[in-house]
Amino acid sequence: MLINWFRFSSPVSFYPVAGSWSYAFGATAALLAGAGLVVALYIAPTDATQGDAYRIIFIHVPAAWMAMLIYLVMAGWSAFALGFNTRLSAMMAQALAPTGALMAAIALWTGAFWGRPTWGTYWAWDARMTSTLILLFLYLGVVALRAAIEDPRRADRACAVLALVGAVNVPIIYFSVQWWNTLHQGSSISLTGAPKMAMTMLAGILIMTAAAWCYTIAVVLARVQAIIVERERGAGWLESLIDLRAAR
Amino acid sequence: MSGSERSSAGIPLPGADASADGDSAGNARDSVFAAVGWALARDIRVALRSKGELGVQLLFYVIVVSLFPLATSPSREVLATIGPGVLWTAALLASLLSLSRLFASDFHDGTLEQIALSPRPLMALVSGKIAAHWLTAGLPVALMAPLLGVQYALDAPVLGTLMVSLVLGTPILSLLGAVGAALTLGARGGGSLLALLVLPLYAPVLIFGAGAVDAARAGVSAMPQLSLLGAGLLLALVAVPFAVTAALRIALD
Repeated sequence: MLINWFRFSSPVSFYPVAGSWSYAFGATAALLAGAGLVVALYIAPTDATQGDAYRIIFIHVPAAWMAMLIYLVMAGWSAFALGFNTRLSAMMAQALAPTGALMAAIALWTGAFWGRPTWGTYWAWDARMTSTLILLFLYLGVVALRAAIEDPRRADRACAVLALVGAVNVPIIYFSVQWWNTLHQGSSISLTGAPKMAMTMLAGILIMTAAAWCYTIAVVLARVQAIIVERERGAGWLESLIDLRAAR
Repeated sequence: MSGSERSSAGIPLPGADASADGDSAGNARDSVFAAVGWALARDIRVALRSKGELGVQLLFYVIVVSLFPLATSPSREVLATIGPGVLWTAALLASLLSLSRLFASDFHDGTLEQIALSPRPLMALVSGKIAAHWLTAGLPVALMAPLLGVQYALDAPVLGTLMVSLVLGTPILSLLGAVGAALTLGARGGGSLLALLVLPLYAPVLIFGAGAVDAARAGVSAMPQLSLLGAGLLLALVAVPFAVTAALRIALD
Protein backbone atom coordinates (compact mmCIF):
# COMPACT_ATOMS: atom_id res chain seq x y z
CA MET A 1 0.00 0.00 0.00
CA LEU A 2 1.37 3.37 -0.92
CA ILE A 3 0.94 6.12 1.61
CA ASN A 4 1.25 9.71 0.45
CA TRP A 5 3.28 11.09 3.36
CA PHE A 6 3.12 14.61 2.01
CA ARG A 7 -0.61 14.60 2.71
CA PHE A 8 0.29 14.85 6.40
CA SER A 9 2.56 17.85 5.88
CA SER A 10 -0.56 20.02 5.92
CA PRO A 11 -1.81 21.08 9.35
CA VAL A 12 -5.40 20.38 8.23
CA SER A 13 -4.81 16.66 7.69
CA PHE A 14 -2.22 16.26 10.43
CA TYR A 15 -4.27 17.79 13.25
CA PRO A 16 -6.65 14.83 13.84
CA VAL A 17 -3.85 12.28 13.29
CA ALA A 18 -1.68 14.05 15.85
CA GLY A 19 -4.53 13.93 18.34
CA SER A 20 -5.13 10.18 18.16
CA TRP A 21 -1.41 9.32 18.00
CA SER A 22 -0.76 11.54 20.98
CA TYR A 23 -3.20 9.53 23.09
CA ALA A 24 -1.83 6.20 21.83
CA PHE A 25 1.78 7.09 22.56
CA GLY A 26 0.82 8.65 25.90
CA ALA A 27 -0.88 5.43 27.01
CA THR A 28 2.09 3.35 25.80
CA ALA A 29 4.46 5.64 27.68
CA ALA A 30 2.47 5.20 30.90
CA LEU A 31 2.45 1.39 30.53
CA LEU A 32 6.16 1.22 29.73
CA ALA A 33 7.10 3.60 32.54
CA GLY A 34 5.05 1.49 34.98
CA ALA A 35 6.72 -1.73 33.87
CA GLY A 36 10.14 -0.06 33.77
CA LEU A 37 9.78 1.27 37.30
CA VAL A 38 8.80 -2.17 38.59
CA VAL A 39 11.94 -3.61 37.01
CA ALA A 40 14.02 -0.67 38.22
CA LEU A 41 12.84 -0.53 41.83
CA TYR A 42 11.97 -4.17 42.67
CA ILE A 43 13.56 -6.64 40.26
CA ALA A 44 16.96 -5.08 39.53
CA PRO A 45 19.52 -6.06 42.19
CA THR A 46 21.18 -3.60 44.54
CA ASP A 47 24.53 -2.42 43.21
CA ALA A 48 27.54 -3.86 45.04
CA THR A 49 29.44 -0.57 45.29
CA GLN A 50 26.79 2.15 45.02
CA GLY A 51 23.95 0.55 46.98
CA ASP A 52 20.45 1.63 46.04
CA ALA A 53 21.56 5.13 45.02
CA TYR A 54 22.41 3.88 41.53
CA ARG A 55 18.69 3.34 40.81
CA ILE A 56 18.43 6.96 39.67
CA ILE A 57 20.22 5.73 36.52
CA PHE A 58 16.80 4.52 35.26
CA ILE A 59 15.66 8.13 34.94
CA HIS A 60 19.02 9.76 34.38
CA VAL A 61 20.33 7.82 31.38
CA PRO A 62 17.09 7.88 29.31
CA ALA A 63 16.77 11.65 29.94
CA ALA A 64 20.37 12.28 28.88
CA TRP A 65 19.93 10.18 25.73
CA MET A 66 16.68 11.94 24.84
CA ALA A 67 18.27 15.37 25.40
CA MET A 68 20.90 14.63 22.75
CA LEU A 69 18.57 12.83 20.37
CA ILE A 70 15.85 15.50 20.46
CA TYR A 71 18.35 18.17 19.39
CA LEU A 72 19.21 16.13 16.31
CA VAL A 73 15.54 15.48 15.51
CA MET A 74 14.82 19.18 15.98
CA ALA A 75 17.67 20.06 13.60
CA GLY A 76 16.29 17.51 11.12
CA TRP A 77 12.83 19.09 11.16
CA SER A 78 14.50 22.51 10.88
CA ALA A 79 16.33 21.37 7.75
CA PHE A 80 12.99 20.20 6.30
CA ALA A 81 11.40 23.53 7.24
CA LEU A 82 14.14 25.51 5.45
CA GLY A 83 14.44 23.16 2.51
CA PHE A 84 10.79 22.48 1.70
CA ASN A 85 9.33 25.56 3.39
CA THR A 86 6.70 23.36 5.09
CA ARG A 87 4.93 24.97 8.00
CA LEU A 88 4.36 21.73 9.88
CA SER A 89 8.08 20.88 9.96
CA ALA A 90 8.81 24.16 11.69
CA MET A 91 5.95 23.51 14.11
CA MET A 92 7.46 20.11 14.95
CA ALA A 93 10.83 21.77 15.61
CA GLN A 94 9.11 24.36 17.79
CA ALA A 95 7.26 21.65 19.73
CA LEU A 96 10.44 19.62 20.31
CA ALA A 97 12.53 22.41 21.86
CA PRO A 98 10.83 22.64 25.30
CA THR A 99 10.82 18.85 25.75
CA GLY A 100 14.51 18.73 24.82
CA ALA A 101 15.29 21.43 27.36
CA LEU A 102 13.24 19.52 29.96
CA MET A 103 15.17 16.31 29.28
CA ALA A 104 18.52 18.11 29.57
CA ALA A 105 17.37 19.70 32.85
CA ILE A 106 16.19 16.32 34.21
CA ALA A 107 19.51 14.73 33.23
CA LEU A 108 21.44 17.46 35.08
CA TRP A 109 19.13 17.41 38.10
CA THR A 110 19.16 13.65 38.57
CA GLY A 111 22.90 13.64 37.84
CA ALA A 112 23.43 16.04 40.74
CA PHE A 113 21.41 13.81 43.09
CA TRP A 114 23.28 10.75 41.89
CA GLY A 115 26.62 12.48 42.21
CA ARG A 116 26.08 13.47 45.83
CA PRO A 117 26.13 9.94 47.37
CA THR A 118 28.54 8.37 44.85
CA TRP A 119 31.03 11.14 44.01
CA GLY A 120 30.49 13.15 47.19
CA THR A 121 29.49 16.29 45.31
CA TYR A 122 26.42 17.65 43.55
CA TRP A 123 28.39 19.10 40.71
CA ALA A 124 31.69 18.16 39.13
CA TRP A 125 32.93 19.61 35.85
CA ASP A 126 32.67 16.20 34.28
CA ALA A 127 32.75 16.21 30.48
CA ARG A 128 29.25 14.81 30.09
CA MET A 129 27.72 17.13 32.68
CA THR A 130 29.38 20.18 31.14
CA SER A 131 28.31 19.34 27.61
CA THR A 132 24.75 18.61 28.78
CA LEU A 133 24.73 22.02 30.48
CA ILE A 134 25.80 23.69 27.23
CA LEU A 135 23.17 21.65 25.38
CA LEU A 136 20.56 23.03 27.81
CA PHE A 137 21.76 26.57 26.99
CA LEU A 138 21.42 25.81 23.26
CA TYR A 139 17.81 24.65 23.78
CA LEU A 140 17.02 27.74 25.86
CA GLY A 141 18.54 29.89 23.11
CA VAL A 142 16.17 28.39 20.53
CA VAL A 143 13.17 28.86 22.85
CA ALA A 144 14.18 32.45 23.65
CA LEU A 145 14.74 33.37 20.00
CA ARG A 146 11.29 31.96 19.18
CA ALA A 147 9.75 34.09 21.93
CA ALA A 148 11.58 37.24 20.82
CA ILE A 149 10.39 37.31 17.20
CA GLU A 150 6.87 38.57 16.62
CA ASP A 151 6.09 37.04 13.22
CA PRO A 152 5.76 33.24 13.60
CA ARG A 153 6.91 32.47 10.04
CA ARG A 154 10.06 34.55 10.51
CA ALA A 155 10.61 32.93 13.92
CA ASP A 156 10.27 29.50 12.25
CA ARG A 157 13.09 30.15 9.83
CA ALA A 158 15.35 32.03 12.27
CA CYS A 159 15.04 29.18 14.80
CA ALA A 160 15.71 26.66 12.03
CA VAL A 161 18.98 28.39 11.11
CA LEU A 162 19.97 28.54 14.79
CA ALA A 163 19.13 24.86 15.34
CA LEU A 164 21.22 23.83 12.33
CA VAL A 165 24.19 25.96 13.41
CA GLY A 166 23.83 24.45 16.88
CA ALA A 167 23.65 20.91 15.49
CA VAL A 168 26.97 21.42 13.67
CA ASN A 169 28.42 22.76 16.90
CA VAL A 170 27.13 20.08 19.28
CA PRO A 171 29.78 17.47 18.38
CA ILE A 172 32.52 20.12 18.41
CA ILE A 173 31.39 21.29 21.85
CA TYR A 174 31.18 17.70 23.07
CA PHE A 175 34.70 16.79 21.99
CA SER A 176 36.25 20.07 23.10
CA VAL A 177 34.72 19.68 26.56
CA GLN A 178 35.89 16.09 26.78
CA TRP A 179 39.39 17.12 25.77
CA TRP A 180 39.41 19.99 28.25
CA ASN A 181 38.20 17.66 30.98
CA THR A 182 40.90 15.04 30.45
CA LEU A 183 43.54 17.78 30.56
CA HIS A 184 42.28 19.24 33.80
CA GLN A 185 41.33 16.30 35.95
CA GLY A 186 42.19 12.66 36.04
CA SER A 187 39.71 9.88 35.58
CA SER A 188 39.02 9.73 39.32
CA ILE A 189 35.32 10.12 38.69
CA SER A 190 34.46 7.92 35.80
CA LEU A 191 32.03 5.14 35.29
CA THR A 192 34.10 3.28 32.72
CA GLY A 193 35.72 1.23 35.47
CA ALA A 194 32.38 0.24 36.96
CA PRO A 195 31.55 -3.47 37.06
CA LYS A 196 29.50 -4.97 34.29
CA MET A 197 25.84 -4.20 34.42
CA ALA A 198 23.37 -6.89 35.45
CA MET A 199 20.95 -8.02 32.75
CA THR A 200 17.91 -6.75 34.65
CA MET A 201 19.51 -3.31 35.09
CA LEU A 202 20.07 -3.05 31.35
CA ALA A 203 16.50 -4.21 30.70
CA GLY A 204 15.20 -1.56 33.11
CA ILE A 205 17.16 1.17 31.34
CA LEU A 206 15.95 0.04 27.92
CA ILE A 207 12.28 -0.09 29.01
CA MET A 208 12.57 3.35 30.58
CA THR A 209 14.21 4.67 27.41
CA ALA A 210 11.33 3.33 25.34
CA ALA A 211 8.96 5.07 27.79
CA ALA A 212 10.88 8.32 27.37
CA TRP A 213 10.58 7.99 23.57
CA CYS A 214 6.82 7.44 23.75
CA TYR A 215 6.39 10.25 26.27
CA THR A 216 8.33 12.63 24.01
CA ILE A 217 6.29 11.69 20.93
CA ALA A 218 3.02 12.03 22.84
CA VAL A 219 3.87 15.41 24.35
CA VAL A 220 5.30 16.80 21.12
CA LEU A 221 2.23 15.79 19.12
CA ALA A 222 -0.05 17.36 21.73
CA ARG A 223 2.05 20.52 21.61
CA VAL A 224 1.93 20.55 17.81
CA GLN A 225 -1.86 20.44 18.07
CA ALA A 226 -1.78 23.43 20.40
CA ILE A 227 0.53 25.30 18.05
CA ILE A 228 -1.75 24.56 15.09
CA VAL A 229 -4.77 25.85 17.03
CA GLU A 230 -2.85 28.97 18.04
CA ARG A 231 -1.59 29.77 14.55
CA GLU A 232 -4.63 28.76 12.52
CA ARG A 233 -7.23 30.38 14.74
CA GLY A 234 -9.70 31.98 12.44
CA ALA A 235 -9.15 29.33 9.77
CA GLY A 236 -12.43 27.83 8.59
CA TRP A 237 -11.43 24.17 8.89
CA LEU A 238 -10.45 24.59 12.53
CA GLU A 239 -13.69 26.33 13.50
CA SER A 240 -15.82 23.69 11.80
CA LEU A 241 -13.79 20.96 13.57
CA ILE A 242 -14.37 22.58 16.95
CA ASP A 243 -18.08 23.08 16.18
CA LEU A 244 -18.25 19.39 15.28
CA ARG A 245 -16.69 18.45 18.63
CA ALA A 246 -19.04 20.73 20.51
CA ALA A 247 -22.08 19.27 18.73
CA ARG A 248 -21.10 15.73 19.65
CA MET B 1 26.30 64.62 6.40
CA SER B 2 23.38 63.76 4.19
CA GLY B 3 21.45 60.54 4.56
CA SER B 4 22.75 58.85 1.44
CA GLU B 5 26.29 59.82 2.28
CA ARG B 6 25.97 58.36 5.76
CA SER B 7 24.47 55.13 4.60
CA SER B 8 27.25 54.30 2.19
CA ALA B 9 29.99 56.29 3.94
CA GLY B 10 30.80 58.16 0.77
CA ILE B 11 31.44 54.99 -1.24
CA PRO B 12 28.87 54.20 -3.91
CA LEU B 13 26.87 51.06 -3.30
CA PRO B 14 28.29 47.94 -4.99
CA GLY B 15 27.19 47.45 -8.55
CA ALA B 16 26.44 51.13 -8.98
CA ASP B 17 29.63 51.70 -10.96
CA ALA B 18 30.34 48.36 -12.61
CA SER B 19 28.00 46.33 -14.74
CA ALA B 20 27.00 43.14 -12.98
CA ASP B 21 26.74 40.87 -16.00
CA GLY B 22 29.82 38.73 -15.42
CA ASP B 23 29.59 36.10 -18.15
CA SER B 24 33.02 34.56 -17.70
CA ALA B 25 34.23 32.93 -14.50
CA GLY B 26 37.00 35.50 -14.20
CA ASN B 27 34.55 38.35 -14.21
CA ALA B 28 32.40 36.69 -11.56
CA ARG B 29 35.41 36.08 -9.36
CA ASP B 30 36.54 39.68 -9.71
CA SER B 31 33.10 40.87 -8.78
CA VAL B 32 33.11 38.68 -5.63
CA PHE B 33 36.46 40.08 -4.53
CA ALA B 34 35.33 43.59 -5.37
CA ALA B 35 32.24 43.06 -3.21
CA VAL B 36 34.28 41.76 -0.26
CA GLY B 37 36.66 44.70 -0.63
CA TRP B 38 33.85 47.20 -0.90
CA ALA B 39 32.11 45.98 2.26
CA LEU B 40 35.42 45.79 4.12
CA ALA B 41 36.50 49.30 3.18
CA ARG B 42 33.07 50.75 3.86
CA ASP B 43 32.66 49.19 7.31
CA ILE B 44 36.17 50.15 8.37
CA ARG B 45 35.53 53.71 7.23
CA VAL B 46 32.26 53.83 9.18
CA ALA B 47 33.99 52.39 12.26
CA LEU B 48 36.85 54.87 12.05
CA ARG B 49 34.40 57.75 11.92
CA SER B 50 33.40 56.92 15.48
CA LYS B 51 36.78 56.26 17.00
CA GLY B 52 35.36 56.97 20.45
CA GLU B 53 33.17 53.88 20.23
CA LEU B 54 36.13 51.72 19.23
CA GLY B 55 38.13 53.12 22.14
CA VAL B 56 35.34 52.42 24.61
CA GLN B 57 35.10 48.81 23.45
CA LEU B 58 38.82 48.29 23.95
CA LEU B 59 38.56 50.03 27.33
CA PHE B 60 35.82 47.58 28.30
CA TYR B 61 38.27 44.74 27.74
CA VAL B 62 40.93 46.47 29.85
CA ILE B 63 38.51 47.16 32.70
CA VAL B 64 37.01 43.66 32.84
CA VAL B 65 40.50 42.15 32.92
CA SER B 66 41.56 44.57 35.65
CA LEU B 67 38.61 43.67 37.89
CA PHE B 68 39.57 40.03 38.45
CA PRO B 69 42.64 40.67 40.65
CA LEU B 70 40.42 42.84 42.87
CA ALA B 71 37.94 40.00 43.16
CA THR B 72 40.52 37.29 43.85
CA SER B 73 44.00 38.03 45.07
CA PRO B 74 47.08 40.03 44.04
CA SER B 75 49.33 37.02 44.58
CA ARG B 76 51.38 36.20 41.50
CA GLU B 77 50.64 32.47 41.61
CA VAL B 78 46.87 32.99 41.71
CA LEU B 79 47.01 35.59 38.94
CA ALA B 80 49.18 33.41 36.70
CA THR B 81 46.73 30.52 37.21
CA ILE B 82 43.56 32.43 36.36
CA GLY B 83 45.22 34.81 33.86
CA PRO B 84 44.74 32.79 30.64
CA GLY B 85 41.08 32.15 31.46
CA VAL B 86 40.39 35.76 32.43
CA LEU B 87 42.10 37.23 29.37
CA TRP B 88 40.15 34.88 27.11
CA THR B 89 36.77 35.20 28.82
CA ALA B 90 37.05 38.97 28.67
CA ALA B 91 37.86 38.71 24.95
CA LEU B 92 34.61 36.75 24.49
CA LEU B 93 32.64 39.44 26.30
CA ALA B 94 34.34 42.25 24.36
CA SER B 95 33.50 40.50 21.09
CA LEU B 96 29.90 40.06 22.22
CA LEU B 97 29.62 43.74 23.15
CA SER B 98 30.78 44.91 19.73
CA LEU B 99 28.49 42.55 17.78
CA SER B 100 25.58 44.97 17.95
CA ARG B 101 27.63 47.25 15.68
CA LEU B 102 27.89 44.60 12.97
CA PHE B 103 24.38 44.73 11.45
CA ALA B 104 22.03 46.60 13.79
CA SER B 105 22.66 50.22 12.77
CA ASP B 106 22.70 49.29 9.06
CA PHE B 107 19.45 47.40 9.63
CA HIS B 108 17.74 50.32 11.32
CA ASP B 109 18.66 52.99 8.77
CA GLY B 110 17.85 50.75 5.79
CA THR B 111 21.40 50.39 4.48
CA LEU B 112 21.30 46.65 4.97
CA GLU B 113 18.30 46.35 2.71
CA GLN B 114 20.08 48.37 0.00
CA ILE B 115 23.12 46.12 0.37
CA ALA B 116 20.96 43.02 0.04
CA LEU B 117 19.33 44.44 -3.10
CA SER B 118 22.64 45.08 -4.85
CA PRO B 119 23.55 42.78 -7.76
CA ARG B 120 26.72 41.68 -6.00
CA PRO B 121 26.50 38.40 -4.02
CA LEU B 122 25.24 39.06 -0.51
CA MET B 123 27.54 36.41 0.92
CA ALA B 124 30.61 38.28 -0.31
CA LEU B 125 29.35 41.57 1.12
CA VAL B 126 28.61 39.88 4.45
CA SER B 127 32.07 38.32 4.52
CA GLY B 128 33.60 41.75 4.01
CA LYS B 129 31.54 43.15 6.88
CA ILE B 130 32.61 40.33 9.21
CA ALA B 131 36.26 40.85 8.24
CA ALA B 132 35.90 44.55 9.04
CA HIS B 133 34.34 43.67 12.40
CA TRP B 134 37.30 41.47 13.26
CA LEU B 135 39.83 44.11 12.20
CA THR B 136 38.15 46.77 14.37
CA ALA B 137 37.09 44.61 17.35
CA GLY B 138 39.03 41.32 17.54
CA LEU B 139 42.46 42.39 16.36
CA PRO B 140 42.78 45.35 18.80
CA VAL B 141 41.91 43.00 21.68
CA ALA B 142 44.49 40.47 20.48
CA LEU B 143 47.14 43.19 20.27
CA MET B 144 46.19 44.61 23.67
CA ALA B 145 46.14 41.26 25.50
CA PRO B 146 49.93 40.75 25.92
CA LEU B 147 50.14 44.11 27.69
CA LEU B 148 47.42 43.05 30.12
CA GLY B 149 49.03 39.61 30.45
CA VAL B 150 52.01 41.30 32.08
CA GLN B 151 49.65 42.31 34.90
CA TYR B 152 48.93 38.62 35.38
CA ALA B 153 52.57 37.67 35.83
CA LEU B 154 52.75 35.79 32.52
CA ASP B 155 56.20 35.39 30.92
CA ALA B 156 57.18 36.61 27.46
CA PRO B 157 56.77 33.24 25.62
CA VAL B 158 53.37 32.78 27.23
CA LEU B 159 52.37 36.27 26.12
CA GLY B 160 53.36 35.35 22.57
CA THR B 161 51.14 32.27 22.68
CA LEU B 162 48.33 34.38 24.13
CA MET B 163 48.52 36.78 21.20
CA VAL B 164 48.71 34.03 18.59
CA SER B 165 45.76 32.18 20.14
CA LEU B 166 43.71 35.40 20.15
CA VAL B 167 44.66 36.23 16.55
CA LEU B 168 43.45 32.75 15.53
CA GLY B 169 40.44 32.66 17.84
CA THR B 170 38.86 36.12 17.63
CA PRO B 171 37.94 35.75 13.92
CA ILE B 172 35.93 32.65 14.90
CA LEU B 173 34.18 34.76 17.53
CA SER B 174 33.34 37.42 14.91
CA LEU B 175 32.04 34.76 12.51
CA LEU B 176 29.87 32.86 15.01
CA GLY B 177 28.75 36.13 16.55
CA ALA B 178 27.62 37.35 13.13
CA VAL B 179 25.12 34.48 12.97
CA GLY B 180 23.64 35.55 16.30
CA ALA B 181 23.68 39.23 15.36
CA ALA B 182 21.85 38.49 12.10
CA LEU B 183 19.28 36.21 13.77
CA THR B 184 18.40 38.74 16.49
CA LEU B 185 17.82 41.63 14.05
CA GLY B 186 14.37 42.99 14.74
CA ALA B 187 13.88 40.64 17.73
CA ARG B 188 12.95 41.83 21.19
CA GLY B 189 15.49 41.87 24.02
CA GLY B 190 18.49 42.27 21.68
CA GLY B 191 21.63 42.28 23.82
CA SER B 192 20.90 39.61 26.41
CA LEU B 193 19.25 37.37 23.81
CA LEU B 194 22.36 37.67 21.65
CA ALA B 195 24.48 36.60 24.64
CA LEU B 196 22.29 33.55 25.21
CA LEU B 197 22.54 32.51 21.55
CA VAL B 198 26.22 33.17 21.02
CA LEU B 199 28.09 32.42 24.26
CA PRO B 200 27.37 28.63 24.29
CA LEU B 201 28.68 28.46 20.71
CA TYR B 202 31.86 30.23 21.84
CA ALA B 203 32.67 27.48 24.37
CA PRO B 204 35.06 25.42 22.16
CA VAL B 205 36.99 28.55 21.14
CA LEU B 206 37.39 29.47 24.80
CA ILE B 207 38.54 25.97 25.72
CA PHE B 208 41.17 25.77 23.00
CA GLY B 209 42.27 29.42 23.30
CA ALA B 210 42.72 29.47 27.06
CA GLY B 211 44.06 25.89 26.83
CA ALA B 212 46.83 27.01 24.48
CA VAL B 213 47.96 29.72 26.92
CA ASP B 214 47.75 27.27 29.82
CA ALA B 215 49.88 24.75 27.93
CA ALA B 216 52.51 27.42 27.21
CA ARG B 217 52.48 28.37 30.89
CA ALA B 218 53.00 24.74 31.89
CA GLY B 219 55.96 24.56 29.52
CA VAL B 220 54.47 22.11 27.03
CA SER B 221 53.78 22.71 23.36
CA ALA B 222 50.67 24.74 22.59
CA MET B 223 50.59 23.47 19.02
CA PRO B 224 47.66 21.02 19.49
CA GLN B 225 45.37 23.76 20.75
CA LEU B 226 46.60 26.29 18.18
CA SER B 227 46.15 23.74 15.37
CA LEU B 228 42.59 23.05 16.51
CA LEU B 229 41.88 26.79 16.65
CA GLY B 230 43.24 27.11 13.12
CA ALA B 231 41.09 24.20 11.95
CA GLY B 232 38.06 25.76 13.62
CA LEU B 233 38.82 29.06 11.87
CA LEU B 234 38.98 27.39 8.46
CA LEU B 235 35.73 25.52 9.10
CA ALA B 236 33.99 28.69 10.28
CA LEU B 237 35.33 30.69 7.30
CA VAL B 238 33.79 28.20 4.90
CA ALA B 239 30.51 27.43 6.65
CA VAL B 240 29.43 30.51 8.57
CA PRO B 241 28.89 32.99 5.68
CA PHE B 242 26.11 30.69 4.38
CA ALA B 243 24.33 30.77 7.74
CA VAL B 244 24.76 34.54 8.12
CA THR B 245 23.43 35.19 4.62
CA ALA B 246 20.41 32.97 5.26
CA ALA B 247 19.77 34.70 8.59
CA LEU B 248 20.01 38.16 7.01
CA ARG B 249 17.57 37.22 4.26
CA ILE B 250 15.13 36.04 6.95
CA ALA B 251 15.52 39.29 8.90
CA LEU B 252 15.01 41.43 5.79
CA ASP B 253 12.01 39.45 4.59
